[in-house]
Amino acid sequence: MDQQLLLEIIIFVLAAVIGFELISRVPSLLHTPLMSATNAIHGIILVGALLVLGASESLLTTVLGMIAVIFATINVVGGFVVTNRMLEMFKREPQKKRRVRRVRRRV
Amino acid sequence: MHTFMTLSYMFAALLFILGVRRLRSPETARSGNSLAAIGMAIALGVTLLDQRIVSYWEILVGVAIGSVIGYVSAVRVPMTAMPQMVAAFNGVGGGAVAFIALAEFYQIHIGQVAGDRADVFFILAGILIGSVSFAGSAIAYVKLEELFLAGSVTFPYQKVANAGLLGAAVLLGINALAGGPLPLLSVWLVFLIALTLGVLLVIPIGGADMPIVISLLNAFTGLAAAMSGFLLSNEVLIIAGALVGASGTILTRLMSSSLGRPLNKIIFAGVGASPPAAAKKEEDEKPVNSVTPEDVAAVLNYDADSVIIVPGYGLAVAQAQTLAAELVEVLERKGKVVRFAIHPVAGRMPGHMNVLLAEADVPYDKLLDLEEINADFPETDAVIVVGANDVVNPAAKDPNLDSPISGMPVLDVESARRVIFIKRSLSPGFAGVDNPLFYQEKTMMLFADARQGLQDVIAALKESG
Repeated sequence: MDQQLLLEIIIFVLAAVIGFELISRVPSLLHTPLMSATNAIHGIILVGALLVLGASESLLTTVLGMIAVIFATINVVGGFVVTNRMLEMFKREPQKKRRVRRVRRRV
Repeated sequence: MHTFMTLSYMFAALLFILGVRRLRSPETARSGNSLAAIGMAIALGVTLLDQRIVSYWEILVGVAIGSVIGYVSAVRVPMTAMPQMVAAFNGVGGGAVAFIALAEFYQIHIGQVAGDRADVFFILAGILIGSVSFAGSAIAYVKLEELFLAGSVTFPYQKVANAGLLGAAVLLGINALAGGPLPLLSVWLVFLIALTLGVLLVIPIGGADMPIVISLLNAFTGLAAAMSGFLLSNEVLIIAGALVGASGTILTRLMSSSLGRPLNKIIFAGVGASPPAAAKKEEDEKPVNSVTPEDVAAVLNYDADSVIIVPGYGLAVAQAQTLAAELVEVLERKGKVVRFAIHPVAGRMPGHMNVLLAEADVPYDKLLDLEEINADFPETDAVIVVGANDVVNPAAKDPNLDSPISGMPVLDVESARRVIFIKRSLSPGFAGVDNPLFYQEKTMMLFADARQGLQDVIAALKESG
């Protein structure tokens, strides 16, 4: 086995261990956003799609690469935007409370 | 240049890890998502510097099309349809992996790119996992949108067919690896078989288990991305793919245990659909206590000091969150204690209902989850179940009944003094299981859609002072 592949396998295993360790105890409230965010992260496949399309020299690979780039971009852009929309819902709460308190003080 | 790129990739990977870490708590979750997005931008920007890339125009066109589709659908999708949106985004990611692998194999085949056995192996793995994820997510999307294939779709010898298809894909793969005849055709056949396999694996799974399936397919796509990383010798692809593959697997296990549904039962059982059909007939003839909004108001006025509201998907679909908040206000003015009981999968996914109610500005401290509130039901005078069914179905606790929701923890609504359902009909919920609670003496059924029902009850309450 060549050196490069061996190193890559080591990287893979270490990253997988980090992934396992990261998600140990997460409140169920955050399961959906967390799934959505990791979903956006695997949009990293766009890196691969760019390399294929950018270096393409035949019609078939251009077509395949183009589909891959479009798909992967949807994954990345849609994934992060949708996750942000979900998480925005949690954020609105403290602002609202503050507003209410301010009104009360005025009264 | 190469050193700069590798270091940038490492930095991007670091941001992914930190981002996921911050997503574990509600306070930091949003910044976690942003960190991951910044990491993504860095990784993509650096990739464009790669000297192998020559045609920038095509990239610009592809990225523009993808961005518009992704952004518009993400912004437009209603919060209630979030789960299927995630499924769709996951599916296209898996599809991208498969198309990249197909393109790379063609390059190697015509001799444009050098490739060894290991490369072909990663191509095949990417095609197999990516295509299963692509087709499986598409089916999950269709099921959650309730377009067709509702419930559990099974056919005879399903497991045999799945095993046969997988075996054929492996044989064709070995043929391509060993340099046998027709390698290009073999690889394309593996692609088609994997797509079929993705469809067949997901169609027998009932709607209630779909969130867990999406989470599992999410992990699949991560793993498939890592395969492309090996193929293209790209570190950031390997790290991010492995990260998502591993964290997705753990998340799937967390979800399935919070639903009390063992993973192997979901994937291999092809949940039994036959018993409810037979049992349903006799249930239909049982009498139910159908009531008017005025009856509900009378009970709430004179016979209930403590009230718990159980919101379900029906409430979210009818956009009745604000009305639920108004009902709380009206009842509190009358001196009642009112709280919400949120089941972990109220809505369609873990945490989905919290998101929906937060959108309607329902006070956060009134939302109690299953563990917090289940012990309080026996001391509760009235429970109002709005557009929910499966999450309060006592049939889930019946060990003799093998149903798609068996073993799922449910809200113990049954032990409250009175139960009021606001529901459009007696039809079973998303999981397709009849609810014995409908036919109990203490249960009142107000047949209306969540919005209309709540409006009428609120009006009746106001009228009676």
